[in-house]
Amino acid sequence: MSVLDILPESSSQPNALPSAPRLSHLRQLEAESIHILREVASEFERPVMLYSIGKDSSVMLRLAQKAFFPAPIPFPLLHIDTGFKFREMIEFRDRMAREVGAELHVWRNEPAIAAGTNPIALDTKRCCGLLKTQALLDGLRHHNFDAAFGGARRDEEKSRAKERIYSFRDGAGQWDPKNQRPELWNLYNARIHPGESIRVFPLSNWTEMDVWQYIHEENIPVVDLYFAKERPMYLRGEALLPIEQSFVALPGEQPQMVKCRLRSLGCSPCTGAIRSDAATIPEIIAELLSFRSSERANRVIDHDQEGSMELKKREGYF
Amino acid sequence: MTTLAENTFSIDDFMAGERRKDLLRFSTAGSVDDGKSTLIGRLLYDTQSVYEDQVRSIEGKGTTAPGQIDFALLTDGLRAEREQGITIDVAYRYFSTARRKFIIADTPGHEQYTRNMATGSSTADATIVLIDARKGVLPQSRRHAYIASLLGVRQMLVAVNKMDLVDYSKERFCSIQADFSALLDQIAADTGNPVQPYFLPVSALIGDNVVHRSAAMVWYTGPSLIDLLESLPAARHDHAAPLRFAVQRVLRPDASFRGFAGQIASGSVRPGDAITALPSGRIARVARISTFDGDLDLATAPLSVTLVLDREIDVSRGDLIVSAEAQATVTTDLEASLVWMDVHDLIPDRRYLLKHASHVVPATITSLRHRVLLDSDTPAQSLVHTPAATLSLNQIGVAALRLLRPIAVDSYRDHRLTGAFILIDPATNATVAAGMIRSAQPIPAALAAHLHGANSGPVSARERFLRWGHRGAILTLTGPSALADRVERALFQEGMVTLRLNAHGPATDSASDSLAAQAAASGLLVLLHAETDSDALSVSIGNHSITFSDEDAFTRRLHTLLADSGLLHQPRSPEYEI
Repeated sequence: MSVLDILPESSSQPNALPSAPRLSHLRQLEAESIHILREVASEFERPVMLYSIGKDSSVMLRLAQKAFFPAPIPFPLLHIDTGFKFREMIEFRDRMAREVGAELHVWRNEPAIAAGTNPIALDTKRCCGLLKTQALLDGLRHHNFDAAFGGARRDEEKSRAKERIYSFRDGAGQWDPKNQRPELWNLYNARIHPGESIRVFPLSNWTEMDVWQYIHEENIPVVDLYFAKERPMYLRGEALLPIEQSFVALPGEQPQMVKCRLRSLGCSPCTGAIRSDAATIPEIIAELLSFRSSERANRVIDHDQEGSMELKKREGYF
Repeated sequence: MTTLAENTFSIDDFMAGERRKDLLRFSTAGSVDDGKSTLIGRLLYDTQSVYEDQVRSIEGKGTTAPGQIDFALLTDGLRAEREQGITIDVAYRYFSTARRKFIIADTPGHEQYTRNMATGSSTADATIVLIDARKGVLPQSRRHAYIASLLGVRQMLVAVNKMDLVDYSKERFCSIQADFSALLDQIAADTGNPVQPYFLPVSALIGDNVVHRSAAMVWYTGPSLIDLLESLPAARHDHAAPLRFAVQRVLRPDASFRGFAGQIASGSVRPGDAITALPSGRIARVARISTFDGDLDLATAPLSVTLVLDREIDVSRGDLIVSAEAQATVTTDLEASLVWMDVHDLIPDRRYLLKHASHVVPATITSLRHRVLLDSDTPAQSLVHTPAATLSLNQIGVAALRLLRPIAVDSYRDHRLTGAFILIDPATNATVAAGMIRSAQPIPAALAAHLHGANSGPVSARERFLRWGHRGAILTLTGPSALADRVERALFQEGMVTLRLNAHGPATDSASDSLAAQAAASGLLVLLHAETDSDALSVSIGNHSITFSDEDAFTRRLHTLLADSGLLHQPRSPEYEI
């Protein structure tokens, strides 16, 4: 992005001092996120960036490049692989880490994966607990990370709207929503005891629309699954279920070709596609303007029970 | 399925429109049941900022009449909140209109969550204070208006809510407006921060004057809430203000590049500008403003950039780069308003950690000037100052602080980001207070450089004090080991430097006497312990002595002992009198 985004409020008098140059909201959000990334890199001993391959992670990774330019990103990336991620996601992940020049750690809950954990045999809540939350906690502990960036945004879900930018986690990685540290101005409290950690959310104040606009303006690469094309899908009620390594069809079900895309990326058994013609980022933005459903509506896992995201976060989920 | 035909949508036109939108951050405040969450829910719903699945998920739930949506459920995100029907913590919400993007900090009304209200106000450009038309101005409204003013929120939208329940009475509205205006004048006189009020009558539940104008109140000809929010002056990053830039990190990828990464807190910067690095006072010019997207000719607040200077000067994280013409105050002594946020009371003379801009320095609260009484026990509508020995959770006061290292600050009224700090308890790591600097005692740049470590020669008593936070002394402990352990533990947790020596019996040998004396002279607290069978432990420093039993509050009483013995007062520098 360039100084073109700094718009003088009156466009006349090019040679006069711009009296009140004004920053667009995206530039303000970008500046806030970079400030957070730099604070964490400077105040913690072993920070790590959780890289989930989705659009939010893509934006977060670009912001990290910007924050430390011309120096390299001073922390590694960590991907929690449930074994149920789309093949395209894994390819994209490896390519991005190479291009950015970041060190990439991948952590899997191998015992649970070997035991055949899946959301159909177990319920989604227990599956997430083992393959995501447990793997995350184990991965963080194994590497001794004391701060972990996540791409979560407050506009995603009601309990996330309550998150601090620095979210304190106890020795077991748990969140206590009723006892959060006050967080004033841009002064973040980075003090922790050994074993405790902080989850950091640099995109807290971004909305889904902000993320797509930024991806458009910055030409940030995203996984192809976000773009509409004809894909074989199982139709189950209103849901479009993608065919991946783990899909179990019901008796009599046949896949059909449907023009569709994914609005948010998760594990393949629990992430439904949406019917869409949006094959480019401008088309995605246009589509977003017409949407009347929230982006996580296609995530099976958030709807297990009332307050299920809050419960997962208390247990250590992002 | 998309309904917008792509051929009618131009991404370039759309993005041009989006780039013209600025950002307004506002908070909401009011008493319990004034209807804050309902108002925000209504604002989101009427501006079409909530999705259908979110509305569906709350239909038929909550505490409103059948068929009416309980909008509060859109924002109350925690289970305990939905169960109790109250807001516990700040919820952040986002919406936009054709003209502006908004970030809302929806804050709790309960007095016990006042600290969260201060949190929401700290980043707000404007605040909405809700008043229940039936109840008028309550003690909570007063508290919230006070905190908003104290935290420097410049615009206050006073929404007199539930007008439908007072028959849309103009008289009722006008009488509340008169009461609240008088209160705001008093508050501004106390905090020194005048606020611009806008009064409007609303019904959040029905939607009157929130987004849609009300047919029931033709006597009100002013703007609706959304009209006001769209037209308020936005985040004023005053570019004419002097440059303030806290260095977060030194970027040195190779020998050819050395840049200082940070966010511009106020003002603007161009290549060639003369700057001063504080607290050292070293000067340089800006050579380049480096970013990932190329060098800039001009950078303004709140951009995050990297400054490259024209010469090698010693600058590190925590330093403040300021305009050479208008510098900040380098100080170790400041006076500030404090909002106490911890369940443990303030302890005078105890060491806290003060985080300001991008650095953390140890600090003590040397005296409490007064506490401001805001609560319902106050005579109506007065902000009484009362002498106080401490501050408890949610209490507000003015205090003097002494820092163990000099930092560069501004007054909060002039510079919000370089005039603010938080205090952290070094033992629990809790954020215990929010501070707003009222004034600072300047120290000469030469002394600042001296204190900053640019000195050589023998280590002085003053330097030892600045490092450890206390003078050295011998503490004679007589009593059981278990209690002596607790004394050591209490001092240790406060970050004090101790040396434990065990003496067998009342008479110690001359070798350990000599060692104790030398260690004390080097700035350590020597714990000379003689074990006895008694139940109590006596601790003495010279003529001052106290006795501990098992249940005592060790930390607080030890502080009193050290303070009474003069160990927490900085030795004067022989070279520089301040």
